[in-house]
Amino acid sequence: MKKTIKKSTIYSLAAAALFLVFLYWLDANRLSQGMLISVLQKGAILALVATSMNLLNGFTGLFSLGQAGFMSIGAYTTAILIIPVRSLDGVYYMNGVHPAIMNLRLLMANSPPFLQSVYPFIALLLGGALAALIALLVGLAVLRLKSDYLAIATLGLSEIVRAIFSSPQFDQITNGSYGLNKIPNFPPMLFGLIPSLITPFIITGVSVAFIVLLINSSYGRAFKAIREDEIAAEAMGISLYKHKEMSFVISSFFSAVAGGMLAMYMRSIEAKTFSITLTYDILLIVVIGGIGSVTGSVVSAFLVTAAKEWWLRFFDQPLSLFGFQVPLFRTGFRMVIFSVLLMVVVLIYRRGLFGTNEFSWAGLIKRLRLKRPAKKEVE
Amino acid sequence: MSMTTILQHCLTGISLGGAYALIAIGYTLVYGILRLINFAHGDIFMMAGYFMIFSLASFPWPVAILITLVVTTVMGIAIERVAYKPLREAPRMSIMISAIGVSYLLQNLSTYLFTAIPRGYPEIPFLKRIFRVGELSASFVTVLTPVLTIILVMILMALINRTKTGMAMRAVSKDFETAKLMGININGIVSVTFAIGSLLAAVGSILYFTDRMSVTPFSGTLPGLKCFVAAVFGGIGNIPGAVVGGFFIGIVETLLVALGYSTFSDAFTFLLLIVMLLVRPTGLFGEKSVEKV
Repeated sequence: MKKTIKKSTIYSLAAAALFLVFLYWLDANRLSQGMLISVLQKGAILALVATSMNLLNGFTGLFSLGQAGFMSIGAYTTAILIIPVRSLDGVYYMNGVHPAIMNLRLLMANSPPFLQSVYPFIALLLGGALAALIALLVGLAVLRLKSDYLAIATLGLSEIVRAIFSSPQFDQITNGSYGLNKIPNFPPMLFGLIPSLITPFIITGVSVAFIVLLINSSYGRAFKAIREDEIAAEAMGISLYKHKEMSFVISSFFSAVAGGMLAMYMRSIEAKTFSITLTYDILLIVVIGGIGSVTGSVVSAFLVTAAKEWWLRFFDQPLSLFGFQVPLFRTGFRMVIFSVLLMVVVLIYRRGLFGTNEFSWAGLIKRLRLKRPAKKEVE
Repeated sequence: MSMTTILQHCLTGISLGGAYALIAIGYTLVYGILRLINFAHGDIFMMAGYFMIFSLASFPWPVAILITLVVTTVMGIAIERVAYKPLREAPRMSIMISAIGVSYLLQNLSTYLFTAIPRGYPEIPFLKRIFRVGELSASFVTVLTPVLTIILVMILMALINRTKTGMAMRAVSKDFETAKLMGININGIVSVTFAIGSLLAAVGSILYFTDRMSVTPFSGTLPGLKCFVAAVFGGIGNIPGAVVGGFFIGIVETLLVALGYSTFSDAFTFLLLIVMLLVRPTGLFGEKSVEKV
């Protein structure tokens, strides 16, 4: 028993190291691998949101559709805190910057360079903390609601946040409907030892690891108990309120961190980016990966992003084969394929890619052995 | 603001509210029977807008309206058969995800077929005729909407309270399993429910878009969600409640826009929802239900 645990740790470390080497290779060839890099980065960001949504929907059984709202809180907070001071006037050219923000930013700009290199991370954390605080307050009220009511209330919450961000009353803070741009790219970590390209992978990796540890802890077991049967869980002495609130707050925190990363990735954001469609896109990832599987969410985030942004691009272009114009291929066809795919998963392959299973080395090895029965089982 | 302006806005609000009420009935009926928020309902409403544009391009308006109503109704029934019926026994979350999937599909399909560029909604001449009463002016559709809404609701109420189908619908919404045991054709009743909901959404769509001039693949999302809020506000499963909720949201929204808070008018609706769910989760006229373990 002990031996296998050790083995799997070694395998995991080796896989992580290999992936890291691959990322450094990408960084060295970043000019020729633009598409791959952008797909992987976006995949990493969506993997974090999908995992955080899965924590709530798949593990705690709280069907929430507020992800986009929390992402926008993180994105706006991060963007406001990291847009370079010299560009601020240009970004807020219509209405001017709020004096409080300007003063704060000037203060930050005059701090020692050591601090300046960590500001982007502090900004991400602050965005997460703000979202967590809002989730805490809203959760007090909303988490009393049952399944579909909760879904529509969180959806409504997300729309309220969006309305506030795009309202003219907050022009000097969020720049209203013009949105924010000139957001700097990902910051490098550890004094440039980890180049900026790799940063999102590190953040996602650490966050997902945290969520996995949480799910495997006693809190995680309480979440699952609530998912299976609220009343039975309560009878067993699990505080429904405390655990639901905890799951909601943590999920919102990581959604907001991912939102902040999305702002860094896209370089410009507006309230429209965070509409209901974004939540649906993330739900699609979670459902395809399997509701209740972190591995599923992560794998499907990369797969869906790659398919959507890269592999299936050709669906949107007119295509002619052997001088014959293939019908149907034009702008929008790709998304139709995706929606049909989602419906097929929902109706036929209800478990998604992974169901509720998680990846494990032992499982993988077993699979490989089953496929090659000629090999003798060695232990 | 002068009295005339206020009255003018109220008139617009009542008209908008009428269209909302018609859509809200679809939500309330389906929720009453399947306990499902039909996320696709708003998109059915949007598709009805497109059907009208295309049918009016080649037929005179009475035929075009008929075609729109029939096609939308058939689409509603088809969606239920394909996307919801296989999931009858599945957990509620799956069927809700299926509804979101249908909504996603309809939006993407209409973006693909009709492009995301707003398409002008054709004018039906007699609906746009302007009436003047004193200083108030209103097009015929503004006056017609609330009247038509009330008439349709009265017919629907009669259908539900007086006919055998209506009785079956009430029985199914009271207790799905028992109704099934009593020999009620569940699938038939669910189809009828979706047919009525889609038909009313199509009527609402004609009235709503005649006032708004253009349709995009996403113009169904927000009205759809608002109408769900209207249904919850009035007490889900309760038809007069949905109508009251629809009118209320329509009027308040119009007044908020008139006061210059247009970006907050959507936020208001959802705030109303959250407050309502906390203060009185059963809505204005909803019955209290006791949950048994």
